[in-house]
Amino acid sequence: MGLETEYGVLAPSMPGANATMLSAQVINAYAATVREARGRIAGTRWDYADETPLIDARGFTQPRAQADPSQLTDVEPELDAEQVALAGGDVTIGDTLYQAGPYDHEVLMNMVLGNGARLYVDHAHPEYSSPETTNPFDAVLWDQAGDHVALAAVRRIESLAGVPDVHLYKNNTDNKSVSYGAHENYLMPRSVPFDSIAAGLIPFFATRQVICASGRVGRGMLGSYPGFQVSARADFFEAQIGLETTIRRPIINTRDEPHAHWEKYRRLHVIIGDANLGQVSTLLRTGTTALVLSMIEAGTAPAIELRDPVAALQVISHDPTLTAKVELVDGRKLTALEIQWIYAEAAARHSGATDATDEATVEIQRRWAETLHLLETDIFSASSTVDWVAKYKLMSAYAQRHSMDFTDPRIAAMDLQWADIRPEKGLYHRLAARGLMETLYSPAQIEHAATNPPEDTRAYFRGRVLSQYPEHVVAASWDSVSFTVPGGRKLERIATLEPLRGTKALVGGLLDQQLSIHEFIATLRS
Amino acid sequence: MTQEHHSAQRREETQAQEQETTAAAGQDAGVDDLLDEIDGVLEQNAEEFVRGFIQKGGQ
Repeated sequence: MGLETEYGVLAPSMPGANATMLSAQVINAYAATVREARGRIAGTRWDYADETPLIDARGFTQPRAQADPSQLTDVEPELDAEQVALAGGDVTIGDTLYQAGPYDHEVLMNMVLGNGARLYVDHAHPEYSSPETTNPFDAVLWDQAGDHVALAAVRRIESLAGVPDVHLYKNNTDNKSVSYGAHENYLMPRSVPFDSIAAGLIPFFATRQVICASGRVGRGMLGSYPGFQVSARADFFEAQIGLETTIRRPIINTRDEPHAHWEKYRRLHVIIGDANLGQVSTLLRTGTTALVLSMIEAGTAPAIELRDPVAALQVISHDPTLTAKVELVDGRKLTALEIQWIYAEAAARHSGATDATDEATVEIQRRWAETLHLLETDIFSASSTVDWVAKYKLMSAYAQRHSMDFTDPRIAAMDLQWADIRPEKGLYHRLAARGLMETLYSPAQIEHAATNPPEDTRAYFRGRVLSQYPEHVVAASWDSVSFTVPGGRKLERIATLEPLRGTKALVGGLLDQQLSIHEFIATLRS
Repeated sequence: MTQEHHSAQRREETQAQEQETTAAAGQDAGVDDLLDEIDGVLEQNAEEFVRGFIQKGGQ
């Protein structure tokens, strides 16, 4: 599995600055940081050969002409003349970019990092896509590593004289109609029918928010209605199933782009989640989803069907007391917590029946049940682990102290500042610094994960070769790495279509031999 | 129930209540501290900050 984060980006001293330029500046700032620290070439071209954003998991392909331009993610984004012109007054930023390191005239839009992640400009946001991990705990760690990377870029920009500061926010909306995502990706056997995936997941996704969403002040896409709600993303969803991710957002996204052996795997692309600062909320989000997917694969997922899933998603989000009931097609009316209990109990039975007694599975099931229990007993008792509860509790206390309600601009400012990734300004980080948020990983572990790949997936191969043969890696993607070999007539493109190969166990020894690039490629080819 | 038992039980209840009160007060002090800090950390002009937080499209 892997997690993506699109960060909100803001240069407070330059209102109206071009968002794509600011995002590119973040990428280039991190590239400069890496170069400075290690003397390595950090900008690796992304290989778009295997990107297929218009293929639908339901078995058809959307015609290119009918696609929204934002769906065409299989071509290199470029800062065209118009965008540079739009950037207008951003001369300082332009200069900084163009002066950064050996790429005198090239603006990096893409990096592949030594930890196997991709850092790039996605639409108008800097995005970190974590390396592939085999379990939810590792997914949390390498997601946190992304925040570390983003913070390093922010610090780099702060250190440049005459360059306006750029702030990054791990959130999902500007409350003025725009939303950006925190996507999850789960590798699944292609043999599992897509219909059963959608049916099993829709009621789970409509209710999952109560254990792991991040909270939002304001309701409706425009935030026009006052009040706190559970999920930052809920109001931006309009369909049950669909291919788009930027318009008419669906609860179940059908993009069929496995980045792996097509006939063997699908990559379930989940777009409904909130970005989490909290480590435990990230664990609950990915861990419970992985458990539900195991049940769907085994055919043991609960048979629940909501009468109106999109409406239910929003009704649940708009009720932070968690007492709202939503209707199933069988006529039952249940709360989100009751539906979550049905899934949690089914997962416990499934794990019992399949003898899944590994520590991680047991821990996630324990935390899932504990969280549901806390939320049904006293919502605020879950404040050290559930992001929306922590935010809501802090805002409620602040509102009470200043005798104001949730329409006060200071509450809206808290909502944004909750997600500022700078420890001194971000309200999540201020709570965490006081020990009020439970964490799973230390800052040292997170820093290590920012430069080192997971050892049990192909991300290990990608990350290690980038660190060891930086001058020879000319392009990379999820499922390939391309090398130039001195004297060679063509690129050596090494396919990495099997996500569970390229691991430390398989290639660690070979890499440790410190072979020349010729010997290394020859050995891989043999 | 004997009188002695009764008063012992009441003493326990009182102690439990005192502990709860202390815990709540301790928490309040912590919250006060935290809210003081938030006042210092929050953007000076909240309204302008919120208005200026404009993003372009995303996924």
